[in-house]
Amino acid sequence: MHTRRAGTTGLLIECADGAEVEAWRAELWRRRERGELAAVEIVPGARTVLLDGLANPQQTAGLVAGWAPPPPAGTAPGQLIEIIVRYDGVDLAAVASEWEVPVPEAVERIAGTELRVAFCGFAPGFAYLAGLPWPVSRLDTPRPRVPAGSVALAGEYAGIYPTASPGGWRLVGSTHAILFDIDRDPPALLAPGTRVRLVSA
Amino acid sequence: MSRAARLPDGAGGVIEVLRAGPLTTVQDLGRPGYAHLGVPRAGALDGPALRLANRLVGNAPDAAGLEVTAAGCSLRLVRAGTVALTGAWAPLSVAGRAAGFGLPVPVPAGAVVTVGRAVYGVRSYLAVGGGIAVEPVLGSRSTDTLSGLGPAPLRDGDPLPLGPAAEPSTVDFVPWRPPPGELALRITLGPRADWFTRDALAALLTTAYTVSPVSNRVGARLSGASLTRAEAGELPSEGVVLGAVQVPASGQPLIFLADHPTTGGYP
Repeated sequence: MHTRRAGTTGLLIECADGAEVEAWRAELWRRRERGELAAVEIVPGARTVLLDGLANPQQTAGLVAGWAPPPPAGTAPGQLIEIIVRYDGVDLAAVASEWEVPVPEAVERIAGTELRVAFCGFAPGFAYLAGLPWPVSRLDTPRPRVPAGSVALAGEYAGIYPTASPGGWRLVGSTHAILFDIDRDPPALLAPGTRVRLVSA
Repeated sequence: MSRAARLPDGAGGVIEVLRAGPLTTVQDLGRPGYAHLGVPRAGALDGPALRLANRLVGNAPDAAGLEVTAAGCSLRLVRAGTVALTGAWAPLSVAGRAAGFGLPVPVPAGAVVTVGRAVYGVRSYLAVGGGIAVEPVLGSRSTDTLSGLGPAPLRDGDPLPLGPAAEPSTVDFVPWRPPPGELALRITLGPRADWFTRDALAALLTTAYTVSPVSNRVGARLSGASLTRAEAGELPSEGVVLGAVQVPASGQPLIFLADHPTTGGYP
């Protein structure tokens, strides 16, 4: 773990891998709950956790360095959410061929793996789901419009488009789950740390 | 989002939008605290200007006002009230008469308030006594142009509810001077400054950049010396702060403004 300044009120915590990011995210959220950390934002990324809205980032860097490294992720399992997915995506065959397996086995791989929300971004409620050990290439040219509820893969992540938007991920299925609702608390169905299964309909 | 259904009658009356202009949005101080869910902060791009305008009309600092972009707008106040214009200097008129910039201006019932084209700067802030009382979304009334949260940008004919007004400020003079033609911005080198060559950092710190016209509420795109990377490859997505200077593949830096995405993949 290593910290870097990010602007005048931010601190970026660099981690070795996604598991360490999740461990620090959970630890920092706990510390904020207990009043030991005053941060407006705690934002996990692929390999980092950003703290923002700090009164004194340098002092916080000292605090964080003194905190015991959190236990590895997985010891305190988060909530498990099952999302019902129709595996009818237009890129499913391409994903199967990239993985060199038949389509049913590709579906079995995605549906049978427990994923975890590594971080959010791109759009409100868009969660980067980690856990698939088989990377997938992006489209060379993003589609101008991907329908809301599209379940897609790119790189090491799976994701679900909360609203219709342009997108360059490989579409493998679709869901009716509401990913983001401003009248729900929290508004995002898939917050960082949540465990997710993309169950076949 | 259905707008009409979300606009309650204001306790302090209603504004009628006569001419919305190219981009006039409702803005308060934004919705921080949701970045981990991918929700941008939004809010006034010039926070101090909005706070000042609110103070002049007697509003709380976090009341919602209008962010008027470059070409102005025109509104009618159904009830008598007070307005104040701050930020980018633009001519203000009330009921056809020129009114002061940066001052509380009384508006008779039914009078038309017109913000003209900005002369210095791009974004002016019009506060109205009582504040714009559209329904808050996640704690804020701000329009987020990136994600679409909050009220849509104003359109001609829109009614805007107002909250109950308090006593306006009795200030009759606020010093104002035009911004310099060339701004010097202080920067703190970011966490990925080491992804660039020394020459690139020197260019960023010593040469002038021009704000490109394709800038918007997401970012101020700059044109000038191209910044060369010392380290190739992709940056795994990570959280970015307001005001972060990001350098996409073009090498031309951009400064993230209030509607910036919560995570980014460029150093």
